[in-house]
Amino acid sequence: MKNRTEILERVKKNQPEAVPLPVITVAGSGSQDLAQKFVRALGNIGGTAIEVRDWDEIILHITDRFSPTSRWISMIPELGNPSVYTEFSKDPRMLENVSVAILEGHFGVAENGAVWITEENMGDRVLPFICEHLVLVIYASSIRDTMHQAYEYLNSSSYSFGTFIAGPSKTADIEQSLVLGAHGPKTMTVFLLKTMNK
Amino acid sequence: MAESLSGSSGSDHATLATRFNKDESRVDWHDETLWFIRKKRDKAAWQIDEGEQLGETASQIKNNVLGNLYEYLLQFEENARANGIHVHWASTPEDHNKLVHEIIAKAHISRVVKSKSMLTEECHLNEYLESKGIEVIDTDLGERIVQLAGEPPSHIVLPCIHWKKEEIGDLFSRHLGTPEGNSDPQFLTTAARLHLRRHCMSSKLAITGVNFAVAETGEIVVCTSEGNADLEVQLADVHIACMGIEKIIPQRKHLGVFLRLLARSATGQPITTYSSHFRRPRSGQEMHIILVDNGRSERLGSNDFRNALKCIRCGACMNTCPVYRRSGGHSYHYAIAGPIGAILAPGLDMKQHADLPFASTLCGSCSNVCPVKIDIHDQLYKWRQVLTKNDHVSETKKSGMRAMAMVLSRPRLYAFAGGATRWLMKYLPFVISNGLNPWYKQREMPMAPKQTFSEWYLQKKKSK
Repeated sequence: MKNRTEILERVKKNQPEAVPLPVITVAGSGSQDLAQKFVRALGNIGGTAIEVRDWDEIILHITDRFSPTSRWISMIPELGNPSVYTEFSKDPRMLENVSVAILEGHFGVAENGAVWITEENMGDRVLPFICEHLVLVIYASSIRDTMHQAYEYLNSSSYSFGTFIAGPSKTADIEQSLVLGAHGPKTMTVFLLKTMNK
Repeated sequence: MAESLSGSSGSDHATLATRFNKDESRVDWHDETLWFIRKKRDKAAWQIDEGEQLGETASQIKNNVLGNLYEYLLQFEENARANGIHVHWASTPEDHNKLVHEIIAKAHISRVVKSKSMLTEECHLNEYLESKGIEVIDTDLGERIVQLAGEPPSHIVLPCIHWKKEEIGDLFSRHLGTPEGNSDPQFLTTAARLHLRRHCMSSKLAITGVNFAVAETGEIVVCTSEGNADLEVQLADVHIACMGIEKIIPQRKHLGVFLRLLARSATGQPITTYSSHFRRPRSGQEMHIILVDNGRSERLGSNDFRNALKCIRCGACMNTCPVYRRSGGHSYHYAIAGPIGAILAPGLDMKQHADLPFASTLCGSCSNVCPVKIDIHDQLYKWRQVLTKNDHVSETKKSGMRAMAMVLSRPRLYAFAGGATRWLMKYLPFVISNGLNPWYKQREMPMAPKQTFSEWYLQKKKSK
């Protein structure tokens, strides 16, 4: 506790006169097609965004893209097949061999291709990071223009753990050569549901 | 690995830069690589219409933080505790390292994984833990590379930017058993992925840094491109997050401002791949946050130097700096290299880092690219004055400055000296350009002008 008191005393003594917080002016591009902007942004950072009409179309795409013999985990009841996984153990290590994780995101951000997802939709917190291929589904109507609009939504959110995920895990640490799949997923696919409104 | 890049202890910036400069083609390559990243940053910054305004907003938020840090720290602590997080305070690096070790010892663990944290570099945590018999595995690929090589990172965002892929291939074949001669980045990254995945899977304790800590909610945000912080934390029983006290921001919505700026300024990406918001520990997990001072509260009281506390560690000032690009990160012999390191380091130990504020041309490019508008080059200049006043400048530099001041303040002497120098440059160039004059290292002798400015001016006046 000595450390705490000492630090706080020094900070209190030394901090300059307070200045007010600025007002954050939120510039939105308004009429632009945010779904298109999102598709481009995610494509630029190594991910894939696909616009679909319904859940069946998503199932078709997934079965086409990923090996059916590998381990898939879905946390989306609407998808029907595969059915929602319920057998999580206390040990997150049991998820190491998951090939495809299919999760519902809360919304996307058009300017950077990021998807916001919280613990409730992850099954286990480690799942979006430990799987080999990450599939996220969001409603196209949920896409927000910039991070400012994203935090307007998040301001009232009471998550325990949440993350913006923008593309596959990547590194350019070796001579600036971009390599996908540094630690986490090697691919990220985002389905934008166009019809049903949410 | 080139010898010139390691073993930096005890030498000053000029000496270490000279060593780095021995391999000219390597310097050119280093220079061009960083300039390439600087250009990516420009492109990303120009893509957002209100970029200038965004930087101004970020700067104002940070100004507000500096003036209310006491209140925000208390608020953060209270909220983080209510979220079930253990909050600790450390005045010095020693206090910080001891706290980390105590938590590790309590969990009876002998190996830990750690994602990127400049604060733990500043505190020399790895060395401390290793002296206590704890093995630390850095999980960021670039950090793991320099760790295997026994070096510190040379850049805060790109730890092994000074390494060539062939050298990394050699390093991996020695340490990870990859086939000799394979230097394909994709192949090497895959090898590292398997090696690091094994460590993440088997480590019960994970250490991370902190990019932002929100006073309003008691949550912390950690940004990575690789996902290493998330993977290691979500597989561990204990999570320790280490942060400097200046990482506090007032409200959650301010993350919108900083997350728009951070990755764009750092690497030119619109956002880091993962921006994870840790508010409560995962079920059954123990979570600790260590708030570290290490000179920050003292700096807060300095009108001239407190602005450096606004830094969000994006590294843009390094990528743009003509000195950093050509002298390499290790020449700064401090955990944080480049212009920002050169104004942070003397605040901790003036004597040890007295050379760093002089490792600059004062061109101002660093201040120009800084997303939170830190007056970096002004601070470099102010540090030079403080260091000279406190007698931390070499006698050679001081006598040179005194001679220059004497000449410049005496017009007749100045006129004579100008003419004399011109004559010398023309007829006896070796008097000026020789091994005793450090200015001529890696520089060529310019041609002496035909006449002095005064002569030219008088001649013009007469001919009118």
